[in-house]
Amino acid sequence: MLRMPHIMSLISAHGLAIHLAGRVILRDVDFAIHEGEIVTVVGPNGSGKSTFMRALVGALSPAQGHVTRRAGLRIGYVPQSLHIDPTLPLTVGRFLSLPIRREGLEIVAALAEVGLPDTLSKQQITALSGGQFQRVLLARALMGDPHVLVLDEPTTGLDQPAVAAFYLLIERVRHRLGCAVLMVSHDLHVVMSASDRVICINGHICCEGAPTTVSEAPEYRALFGHGTKGALALYQHDHDHAHDHDHDDHRGGGQV
Amino acid sequence: MIFDALFFSALLAGVGVALAAGPLGCFVVWRRMAYFGDATAHAAILGVALALAFDGAIPLGVLVSAVAMAIAITALGGKGLAVDTLLGVAAHSALAFGVLALAMTGARGVDMEAYLFGDILIVSRGGIALIWCGAVAVLLILWWRWPALLTATVSEDLARAEGIRPARERLILMLAVALLVAMAIEVVGALLVTALLVIPAATARPFARTPESMAILAALIAMLATMLGLIAAFALDAPAGPAIVAASAIGFGFSTIGSVVKRIHIG
Repeated sequence: MLRMPHIMSLISAHGLAIHLAGRVILRDVDFAIHEGEIVTVVGPNGSGKSTFMRALVGALSPAQGHVTRRAGLRIGYVPQSLHIDPTLPLTVGRFLSLPIRREGLEIVAALAEVGLPDTLSKQQITALSGGQFQRVLLARALMGDPHVLVLDEPTTGLDQPAVAAFYLLIERVRHRLGCAVLMVSHDLHVVMSASDRVICINGHICCEGAPTTVSEAPEYRALFGHGTKGALALYQHDHDHAHDHDHDDHRGGGQV
Repeated sequence: MIFDALFFSALLAGVGVALAAGPLGCFVVWRRMAYFGDATAHAAILGVALALAFDGAIPLGVLVSAVAMAIAITALGGKGLAVDTLLGVAAHSALAFGVLALAMTGARGVDMEAYLFGDILIVSRGGIALIWCGAVAVLLILWWRWPALLTATVSEDLARAEGIRPARERLILMLAVALLVAMAIEVVGALLVTALLVIPAATARPFARTPESMAILAALIAMLATMLGLIAAFALDAPAGPAIVAASAIGFGFSTIGSVVKRIHIG
């Protein structure tokens, strides 16, 4: 896929390095996402995927390099985990109004967008099921009519049908809003079917490109093992296996 | 008549503190800052000693040392030691040094108990005015920062993605706690300030559905407990600070029983 230089990217990173508690989590990351693009980030546990997402939305500051967000960019962010302290009373409606106060109608519309009934707005957020909670997080991310949705493993803790329903929902929302989507995912069939571009991360970007390109890249195979296009391997790969390739900064099919 | 005048000035001082302590205490509960409240309050004892040693105004000394403690903890937080441990060290060392310093200046006839457990009878008319200025300041700070504070309390990452700086909100909240400590030290004393922050908020929790209703309810509960505690203190000739905190604690007991009964009825 050719990058068109005249299209200004929504978010870009140049020479990005992130250190957490003195450890290098990410290094040498160059990245950009453009309007309407769907980019999926894959990688083993502890590879820095969430760190990457947090750095892009501005939740972490880089040790080296920089992250540029287009002026006035609206980001709809769904963090990987969100623990609401039980001492904090919070209805769904009030949560959707954070930090900007929203009208009742806006809240009803946002809930309808993610397939939830308007009666839910009066419910305590701690009383929701896992699937409802993920949808509410997505509804909140959609509130400001974002240019880009940043979803960090949005289907964690959902069962298989709920995962499928959730991705259908994201696809529908994206079609309607035309926003770009950047997500971390473990669900490889989603990666293969819906993404324009896949980025494989393991402390740095190992390889990137169109889904089929990435699944055949040796760096990807080194992480996820050999298999039918790597698809089965991703489900079966052992998270503890030795990662023995030499980080030679080879960027797979990124510019193919 | 003298009883009435004393009672009403005590009431005025106590209610002023309670009005601010209720909503501010909600954040202390939501963000699990109780230990931080203790550290700041104990630093206030050191502030009293410093003020006496340098012939300064006591509220000023208390405010300066409480703010210094708040800033020191914010700066040291997350640098190696667990926050819990750091606060434990800070809270108890501040208390120990404060009591030592106060004992050294004891020749001047300082009543240490008044600063540890409060003595609402020593609050002057100027003191009451200061308390109400402080209460209004704390409430204005909370009003001004409410959306950002609340978002940062729910999730720091979510807040940063919205362009909010959680570290800044945390510092503002800590300064508000320091201000409250300076207001409350003569009313409930350094050892019981945190109780006035935590107990009304915890009492309000089972009956609140939104953060805002919990804050308002906590303020009402704190004011009611202050009134009842003062009435009991004057009737029984008991120390006012502990009486106010005891009244809050009894209220918390009723609230807990009430919420359990409610849950059984619904479930």
